Amino acid sequence: MILQLEDKGRSLVARLNGEIDLQVADALRTALDRAMGEKGTRNLVLNLSSVSLIDSSGLGVILGRYRRLLQNGGRVGLVGPGPTVKRVLELSGLLRIMREYASEGEALAGLEPGDGNGGRGDDR
Amino acid sequence: MTDSGRLTAAPSATKALNEMTISLLSQPVNLGLARVAVAAFFSQLDLVLSELEEIKVAVSEAVSNAILHGYGRQPDRWIEVSAAVYPDWLEIAVEDRGYGFSGDDQAAGGDGEEEGGMGFALMRSFMDEVVLVSAPGQGTRVVMRKKVRGAVAPGKPIAGNC
Repeated sequence: MILQLEDKGRSLVARLNGEIDLQVADALRTALDRAMGEKGTRNLVLNLSSVSLIDSSGLGVILGRYRRLLQNGGRVGLVGPGPTVKRVLELSGLLRIMREYASEGEALAGLEPGDGNGGRGDDR
Repeated sequence: MTDSGRLTAAPSATKALNEMTISLLSQPVNLGLARVAVAAFFSQLDLVLSELEEIKVAVSEAVSNAILHGYGRQPDRWIEVSAAVYPDWLEIAVEDRGYGFSGDDQAAGGDGEEEGGMGFALMRSFMDEVVLVSAPGQGTRVVMRKKVRGAVAPGKPIAGNC
C-alpha cells in the first residue's frame, strides 16, 4: 500500500493505493493518526480511487479515524471508490455516516463550508 | 483430499468438478496470496470482474478471521484455503486449527467484535451461503458457497480470447 498525504488547511487529504487489508491496516492507522495529530486535522478526506480492495480491517481504520475526528466536530469524506469498494462501504454502513464526494475539491468544500481560510470555528 | 474429520461443515454430497487446496502460514502478508490464488482458480469459470472482487473480499475476511481470532495473531500456524467448482456453485473453505469458539463465545463478541461482525456481514453479502463450524480448542472452518450460472463441465476447453 502506498499512502500520500496532503495538508489542506484544517483538512488532511489522504490518497490510498492498493489493497487495504489486515496486512496494511496497522501502518495506515499509525500514519494517519500521526499526520492528524501533528497538523491538528479537523476533517479527513480519503481518496479511494486507487484502492483495488478493502475489507473489514480497512473499514475499521476508517471508522476509527471517523470517531476520533467526530469528537472535535470533524468529519470524514470519501472520494472516488470503485464499484466493489463502494459496495463494501455501503454494506458496512459507512456510507450512512460518511459522505461520498466526486472529487477531492468537492470533499474539501463540502467538509469545510466557509472555504477553509482559517475557518470560523463554529464547532457544532 | 483427506478430510481431517474434525470439522465438517455441511459436506457436499455432490462431487466437485475441480478442486484446489493451499496451506499458508497465519501471517497477514499471505492474505494477498490467498485472494489471488482463489481468484485465479475460479478464472476457469465465466465470472464477471465484480464477482471475482467480491470473492476476494470474502476470502480476505475468512483468512483474516483465522489469523486474528483463530490463532490470536500467532504467525507460525497453518491455515488451509481450498476452493472447488461444482455443477451449479463454487465453494471456498478456510480452516484453521486454532482456538475455536463455542456458540456462547460467538454471541458474547468482545474485542474487535465490530470488525468481526462486519467481516461476517460482508461474507454473507458476497456469497450465497456461509457455514461456520467451530469448537473450543478444535479450530474453525468456514465454508462459503456462491451460485454460478452454468458452471463449466469438466474437460471443457477454456474459452481463451474467442
